[in-house]
Amino acid sequence: MKEEMSRIVRTMTTLIYVFIMVYGFYVIAHGHLTPGGGFQGGSVVASAFALLVVTYGNQKTQDFLQKDLLSLLESTGLVIFICFAFFGLGATFFYNFLSNSGSLFGSSATIGVNPGNLNTGGTVTAMNIAVGIEVLAALGVIVLTMSQASETIEKKEK
Amino acid sequence: MSGILTHAPALVIALPLLAAFLVPIIGRFNRSKGLGWFVSIILGLSLLMTLLMANHILSNGPLIYVFGGSEPGLTLPSGYTVPIRIIFQIDGMGIFMGIITAVVSFLGAVYSISFMEQHSGLEKYYTLLLLLTTAMYGMEFTGDIFNFFVFLEIASIASVALIAFRSNLSGEPAEAGFKYMVVSSIAALMVLFAVGLFYGQYDVLNMATIASVMQFTQLDKIALILLVTVLAMKAGSVPMHMWTPDAYSEAPAPITMILVAASQASLYALFRVTFSLYNITLNTVVIGWIIIILGVLSMFIGVTMAIIQKDIKRLMAYHAISQTGYMLLGVGVGLAVLANPVALESFGIKAMEGGIFHIMNHAMYKGLLFLTAGALFYRTGTRDLNKMGGLAHNMSYTTVFFIIGAAAIAGIPPFNGFASKLIIYESVYQFNPLLSIIAMLVSILTLASFVKVFHSAFLGPKLEQYQKVEEVPKSMVVAMATLACIIVFFGLFPDVIVDNLVHPAVMALINQVNYTSAILGGM
Repeated sequence: MKEEMSRIVRTMTTLIYVFIMVYGFYVIAHGHLTPGGGFQGGSVVASAFALLVVTYGNQKTQDFLQKDLLSLLESTGLVIFICFAFFGLGATFFYNFLSNSGSLFGSSATIGVNPGNLNTGGTVTAMNIAVGIEVLAALGVIVLTMSQASETIEKKEK
Repeated sequence: MSGILTHAPALVIALPLLAAFLVPIIGRFNRSKGLGWFVSIILGLSLLMTLLMANHILSNGPLIYVFGGSEPGLTLPSGYTVPIRIIFQIDGMGIFMGIITAVVSFLGAVYSISFMEQHSGLEKYYTLLLLLTTAMYGMEFTGDIFNFFVFLEIASIASVALIAFRSNLSGEPAEAGFKYMVVSSIAALMVLFAVGLFYGQYDVLNMATIASVMQFTQLDKIALILLVTVLAMKAGSVPMHMWTPDAYSEAPAPITMILVAASQASLYALFRVTFSLYNITLNTVVIGWIIIILGVLSMFIGVTMAIIQKDIKRLMAYHAISQTGYMLLGVGVGLAVLANPVALESFGIKAMEGGIFHIMNHAMYKGLLFLTAGALFYRTGTRDLNKMGGLAHNMSYTTVFFIIGAAAIAGIPPFNGFASKLIIYESVYQFNPLLSIIAMLVSILTLASFVKVFHSAFLGPKLEQYQKVEEVPKSMVVAMATLACIIVFFGLFPDVIVDNLVHPAVMALINQVNYTSAILGGM
């Protein structure tokens, strides 16, 4: 396989990359309102990373996305997630202490037809975001590791 | 203090989980022994909380914890007739298994400080170890059958990665890991299918609630068969034992010790399903005999396969299968006479006490034996018995610990194996003398094979290549010494343990009404 694909593909990837990212983060942020959530949105974002690997080849992608940073992000996402569970310990572990509190993500949800108010859901929203960070980083690391490994195998076969 | 106790069921699993996520971050800054100490401290805290809970549960009855609820003990908020949240329900049996998990995982981490020091990727190792511990606690404490499936999966994935951890040495750990992955995936799918059958019929996932409305329809029978089969497979019972020797012998020694406890968590789930979920709605005689036959087969085939092994950890792995047979035998006899109050009173409860006491004893002495095997591997670099010899000259502590472990597994009096095996022999003899005789025969064969190991590894003159072998580092000695002390203590005072820990565990299994009413109130 050639290291890079043609100019047409590269240009289109650069354009589409942004939209995939935005869509992925949309799914993460609206996890409590629409189908999807942290995991699904994170996978969408990671699919953008996979697109980069396909288009630009392993080496350039490794320079652009640092695997080290991604794996730090992965642990950070998990720690944020469990911290929100710990914050609920005033009542119980995983207690949704933010819902209906009026602060961050704390508006009460409207029953019936509504425009999809993002500021609801309490810790569910926050945890979705944490899971989103974790999944995009973890799947990103997996994609990068696999592309690296397949490149090593290709070199060996030559 | 009472605040900690209220939240202890959650904290016991939350602390290792938090630590599991922190370890990769800490590992960036500190790549030396600090990581091992951190993990040991966290697991030590979990151990303390487990003991605290045990103290409470044994005097005041089961602990209930509702995740995400407004109060930890509120299972049915106003307006609800069935519990909908994930509930941890820890009774005598659950905490009994929890103590085993706590002790074994803590000592596994302490042992790892020195044992794994030379390896790279330690932050991944400790993350997986903590996840495995969390999953084991979860399997033993949860009162929600879907939640049980989730923890079963976490345990499987973490174990697979840990078994294959030393793949850089040869291809065999990867092969063992793959084998275990296939077995676990099948098991997890079958459990999920059974959970689906329950949910489709009764619209609830809480085990106590399912138990209270159990109809024993055709679908329930299918679910029972699926659950009994795959949980026996995960527990490593013959005819589904093919993964055990590979997985146990290829994993690093502390992980093998924890894996033994993890397969016992599946064994616990098997008992939980048959006793708490179905109880006397099922045909206890048939299921009881099935479990007894699985047990006898495991005992006999396990030990006969063990005698011919040359690899020390493989030999011990076959013994693990064999010892699982004793637990299945003891508890199977209890299940077979569950519907018959007279027999249950005269020997059924005793047989179950023997079987369940043996779970704890086995975790301790088999853990110790695997750790001594790890110590031999640490110093000699081989697991082949034919290449070892004369190690007693240089590794005196390890030799003593091995003697204690081997005497305990063979059922020699001052050690704990004798205590539980004697209870099993006596009570099973009243049920069926033949079973008891087979159990004794297996015990003799066990002794024979450990005499062989002792002779070929420790006795004889010093070998040329092992002139400079030294005793293992302190953290490994401490872990092994703790287990040895527990074994001797249990062997000298079995009454203390049987009366205070094992009897409540048996009663928690037998009294299904207590299990359901803890969640549903006096329904």
